[in-house]
Amino acid sequence: MLRLEKIHKSYTIGKNALHVLKGIDLTIEEGELAAIMGSSGSGKSTLLNILGLLDDYDSGEYHLDGRLMKGLSETRAAIYRSQSLGFVFQSFNLIPFKTAAENVALPLYYQKVRRKKRNKLAREYLEKVGLLEWADHLPTELSGGQMQRVAIARALISRPKVIFADEPTGALDSTTSLEVMDVLQAINAEGVTMVIVTHEHDIAGMCGRVIHLNDGMIETDERNAAAAA
Amino acid sequence: MFDLDNWQEIYHALASNKLRTFLTAFGVFWGIFLLMVMLGSGSGLENGVVAGFEDEATNSFFVWTRRTSIPYRGLPSGRRFELTGGDTEAIRLHVPEAAVVAPRNQLGGFRGGNNVTRGNKAGGFSVMGDIPEYIQIESVPIVGGRFLNQLDLDEKRKIAVIGTRVRDVLFEESEDPIGDSIEINGVYFKVVGVFEPSDSGEGGGNEAETIFVPFTTFQNAFNHGDQVDWFAITAVPGVAASVVQEKVLTLLAARHRVAPEDDRAFGHFNMEEEYNQIQGLFGGISMLIWIVGTGTLAAGAIGVSNIMMIIVKERTKEIGVRRAVGARPSVVMRQIVFEAILLTSAAGYVGLLAGVGVMEGVRKLLASAGGNVQMFKNPGVDLEHAVLALVVLVISGTLAGLVPAQRAVSVSPVDALRAE
Repeated sequence: MLRLEKIHKSYTIGKNALHVLKGIDLTIEEGELAAIMGSSGSGKSTLLNILGLLDDYDSGEYHLDGRLMKGLSETRAAIYRSQSLGFVFQSFNLIPFKTAAENVALPLYYQKVRRKKRNKLAREYLEKVGLLEWADHLPTELSGGQMQRVAIARALISRPKVIFADEPTGALDSTTSLEVMDVLQAINAEGVTMVIVTHEHDIAGMCGRVIHLNDGMIETDERNAAAAA
Repeated sequence: MFDLDNWQEIYHALASNKLRTFLTAFGVFWGIFLLMVMLGSGSGLENGVVAGFEDEATNSFFVWTRRTSIPYRGLPSGRRFELTGGDTEAIRLHVPEAAVVAPRNQLGGFRGGNNVTRGNKAGGFSVMGDIPEYIQIESVPIVGGRFLNQLDLDEKRKIAVIGTRVRDVLFEESEDPIGDSIEINGVYFKVVGVFEPSDSGEGGGNEAETIFVPFTTFQNAFNHGDQVDWFAITAVPGVAASVVQEKVLTLLAARHRVAPEDDRAFGHFNMEEEYNQIQGLFGGISMLIWIVGTGTLAAGAIGVSNIMMIIVKERTKEIGVRRAVGARPSVVMRQIVFEAILLTSAAGYVGLLAGVGVMEGVRKLLASAGGNVQMFKNPGVDLEHAVLALVVLVISGTLAGLVPAQRAVSVSPVDALRAE
């Protein structure tokens, strides 16, 4: 599903070039639930951004679902994101003046799905994450765990092939973290490929595969048979 | 485009800081309001001045004699000469482009002594010897009786058509002047008509103190012989008055042995030239109004652009989220441009209505005051200008939105998401 070959990425900060990714080779198969771990500055967020087509890379090749993603225009990237990718962020990134249902429906709005249909779908997906009765509430009226579940429903509604989650539990307490992970695992069980960036070991422990990054390189890449079940 | 969500988002963007949105909108409102008021006042001024020409044919000119300034064919310079009835015939015969050729004579007038009496009442008035066709050059609105006719001239009748002021001075309010007699320089004339001034203001006052008598009667009664004081002439439609004037002057110069190059021998006044000059002046004024007006409007549009810039900055993260979930840059840009257009158009439309409303109010006020304000008449904005202003608004709104929209999508989604 995702195939990276010798990916390099550096940022220019003032006069210094910061080499963040130093040759990443990685393949993630369809239906996997992979965790990317690493200390801060190890390049895990950059890797996720490249995988999610939110950022471009300098050299190497990235194949998404068999297609080479390189030098995409912002418009092409937006179309791919809209069609096959979903995002879950640490800070939820819900739009504050929209209700839960409207937030969930947003990706369909950009796919030009009719209003009636997308509102119906939004409620279906909210039900899936157990928040149907909160559909008409604004994000400020929800708890952190609820907001993240809304964000997950939003990531799901466009039926993406891959969901990228950047520290999805980073802003949540341990109980709600587990709730959110349960939801993510359930979605993965339905066949959606999932990549989670985290620095929490118990979260990583719930994933079928744990990839450790250190200083822009893959340090370890372990299968976790226990979690896969 | 007409999705409810679209409107909702525009509403949220603009309503998030109402005072700021209001002040921005006010800039545009003020710009278009001023433009409308200036355009309306400009057209009022123009209508007022042009109305001053209305009672006189704008293709007319006047010719009189002065002294020659060049010796010619044995005649010395400084010679006086007089126009005659022969000149009238000659012009009518040889200058076909002259539509109406009206010879005129005058008695009394500006600062003249009392020349007209009736019983123990007396006044100093302008007495004009005219032909019936003069009415085609300057309108003489009759309020009682009639104007001169050809029979009056043929029979040299001693009749007079008097202005309203003449009537007020010589007659009591209870008296009907028609059929009564007045004495002009010792000669009795029967009043057959009363007219009112066609001009408002000062010119109208002079007009009301005028008495018209038949041209032939005038020559006889006041010892004018065959003399003509001056000609009032109009050009036929399609021919410039200045062209006809040139032909008439050439003809008269030849008839009176005046050197062709002697341009001081004849005095002349061309209505058309005056009219064109004033038209040119208003062309300039209206250009100035548009420059100042669009300048003010531009300042308003820049204000909108500025505020959209701030809104875009504030919403950087939100725009990042939208792009992460699949909003194409063109969609994001369209939304921002649309917001700017909505803001400018709505504010501009209100300004347009207010400006037109104020000018309508002024027009009503003028009308109720009798409409006799000099140099100002029927102010108002024509539809064409209002539509043009709206088009300018939408264009400036688009331009005002483009820069911030470009800014919004120039940030990469990653940076946008990271923004706080």
